[in-house]
Amino acid sequence: MDKVIEFLNMGGYALYVWGSFGMTALLMLAEPLLLRARHREILRRVARIARMNNEERT
Amino acid sequence: MNSRLINWFKFSSPASFYPLAGRMIPWFKWIAVILIAIGLYMSFFVAPADYKQGEGYRIIFIHVPASWMSMFIYVVMAVWSGTGLVFNTRLSSMMAQALAPTGALFAFLSLWTGAFWGKPMWGAWWVWDARLTSELILLFLYIGFMALQGAIDDPRRADRAGAILALVGVVNVPIIYYSVKWWNTLHQGASVKVGGGGSSMAATMLITMLIMALGFWAYSIATTLSRARCIILERERNSTWVRELVENRRG
Repeated sequence: MDKVIEFLNMGGYALYVWGSFGMTALLMLAEPLLLRARHREILRRVARIARMNNEERT
Repeated sequence: MNSRLINWFKFSSPASFYPLAGRMIPWFKWIAVILIAIGLYMSFFVAPADYKQGEGYRIIFIHVPASWMSMFIYVVMAVWSGTGLVFNTRLSSMMAQALAPTGALFAFLSLWTGAFWGKPMWGAWWVWDARLTSELILLFLYIGFMALQGAIDDPRRADRAGAILALVGVVNVPIIYYSVKWWNTLHQGASVKVGGGGSSMAATMLITMLIMALGFWAYSIATTLSRARCIILERERNSTWVRELVENRRG
């Protein structure tokens, strides 16, 4: 347990080290997730338009 | 020679690039995950504490790769923009557009981690130093590129306007890189020197940084390709191949 606390403390630089690594992790996880959501959304929109066109034709 | 030419033209069409990119993304994604995991382990458990900066220097393992990527992506973006401008190929401009947000992300991370390093070491989050200022300009160039593209409705005109901005802004990249040499700055010298002299750091630190940089590379390729796929679909949504793609997905 002491070792974990010592590790998290980063020799007194905890705020700076975790502030840097934390922001990097946050953004580099968020970007792929946002892209996946965007991709799905476009496919859904294209499918909706295609369906509407098909209904008009029939 | 002839067959190679045909292949290049084949993949420069968005319709054939879209599935190709889709097959490439998982590879780069897993390379990125593995390399970054190894890099993180080495950053915290293998690399020893710095004799002068203690544990605080560990920020270097993301700060330097992020800064490299921010500059490198800009150059690639300018090359794609130039190609799009000269040859008028749709895919080149889409690639440039797909690179910009990831480049901006790394420029921001470079500044952010730099601030979190500067505060304990220099006593200030920010100084108007040549290195820091030119990196900030790089972030603004990325944002300007995206804003300009977003502001013009006609995509082909937006591509051309963005391309000119990207090409003009490329002069900033050597300024960032050599700023620590040209001006008397607070920022320390280059961690890894190009051509002669080698690097100014211990082998373990250098290897860790390179692994992280390669991981960031793979990450950038994966995210750029997936953004390019989104852009292709958005721009070509009225074409037959996109409609067929969506119908095949449903069936």
